[in-house]
Amino acid sequence: MNSLRGIILTLVALVVLCGAASAEERLKMSTTTSTQDSGLLKVLLPPFEKKNNCKVDVIAVGTGQALKLGEAGDVDVVFVHARKLEDKFVADGFGVNRKDVMYNDFVIIGPKNDPAGIAKAKTAAEALKLIAARQATFVSRGDKSGTHMKELELWKAAGTDPKGSWYIEAGQGMGPVITMATERRGYTLADRGTYNAFKGQKTDLAIVFQGEKGLFNPYGIIAVNPKKFPHVKYDLAMKFIDYVTGPEGLKIISGYKAHGEPVFFIYKK
Amino acid sequence: MDFFSESLKTALELITSRDPDVVSAVTVSVVVSLWSTLFASLAGVPAGVAVAVTEFTGKRAVVTLLNTLMALPTVVVGLFVYSLISRQGPLGGFGILFTPWAMVVGQTLLAIPIVANLTMSAIKGADPRIVPTALTLGAGPFESIRRLVVEMRFGIMAAVIAGFGRVIAEVGVAMMLGGNIRGYTRTMTTAIAMETGKGEFALGLALGLILMTVALMINMALNALQQR
Repeated sequence: MNSLRGIILTLVALVVLCGAASAEERLKMSTTTSTQDSGLLKVLLPPFEKKNNCKVDVIAVGTGQALKLGEAGDVDVVFVHARKLEDKFVADGFGVNRKDVMYNDFVIIGPKNDPAGIAKAKTAAEALKLIAARQATFVSRGDKSGTHMKELELWKAAGTDPKGSWYIEAGQGMGPVITMATERRGYTLADRGTYNAFKGQKTDLAIVFQGEKGLFNPYGIIAVNPKKFPHVKYDLAMKFIDYVTGPEGLKIISGYKAHGEPVFFIYKK
Repeated sequence: MDFFSESLKTALELITSRDPDVVSAVTVSVVVSLWSTLFASLAGVPAGVAVAVTEFTGKRAVVTLLNTLMALPTVVVGLFVYSLISRQGPLGGFGILFTPWAMVVGQTLLAIPIVANLTMSAIKGADPRIVPTALTLGAGPFESIRRLVVEMRFGIMAAVIAGFGRVIAEVGVAMMLGGNIRGYTRTMTTAIAMETGKGEFALGLALGLILMTVALMINMALNALQQR
């Protein structure tokens, strides 16, 4: 029984310690996996946390889910990439003060020998049409993420409804999808940041199509509407938005490199 | 790629360098799991004893229900608790979603059926003469049941250890309710899931080895406790 008391005392001590550590304010931010997986948040958050004596709790999910967390009022700020959904989020009254932060672009990656011959396509939609015509393996995120939304947009532009055993809906994040496409020798639509983090050691797939303006991938940051959810930490959220879109944040973003290459670009003012 | 030797090396490096992310993930895993196990034991042990020593109509149904709940997928528990504690849910006002407490709630619910079931089995396996003997020797009903529990403490301890094993190893509740927040709700298992997603298989495996080491150490400690 003495030992049991020991365990309980230890537990109480641990909780007191945890309580002391969590005295600072916490800002909850839902974001897309690409901002976390690229490693950007590891350098972007600490200066802000230090200056404001707070912690930014990052919940990294697909853009669709990230916005849903905002619609439920479970987070204070969202940082995502799906312009149409973001505008709807603001128009429906869930978010306020949307600001552009940065952009990168999507690329179509696939086996180096390019079995569907999409490298010669003029547009991304045309490239997808070629993949569908050859029934070459294509792995889709299938998770309502920003990347998935972009992919669906491109299929629509291609006038193709992708169906069949060649079209694999993974329902997973960008990383697992690149891994899956690599194992299955297929194509996929990836954001350049995650692809850069994977290329070489983790995947031998190459960029087979890039550089069309339809593949532009802008990121926006939005505060959750305090009129709708009085409990959100609106002031801190706005401070954070000002920091990210201000000179200090933008400098960190544009200077951030993975494998020696920039991952995100900022808008020229 | 030789994942296994690479991850063994990584695991050793992470342990010897006391990598802050790993230390934090181990701490969160252990603290949250211990709390969940404690709460689950406070609820599950008495429930298990009660079901074992009493006769009532519908007892078989209760036992079947407990057995079914033992097999409950962790994501189902996660989803269920999520719907309660999200800001849109009935308990949303507390704002505990994406905090360690949310994980404690979910994991407690996961562990209760296991602790209750195994406690019940342990008590049922007890010498049937314990309670009558205690009663004849002048103990009251409460005292005689206490005797029974003390007599069966090893079996009950085993039930508690099994509950702990279930919660420290699970990922569904930790991911859905904790949100895998670095340094706050990131556990060993959610870190493994995340690193695997990022294609860092060796690092994921390394974390797995550390988790197994931690679980082994805790079980050894609990076992030592049981032997005394």
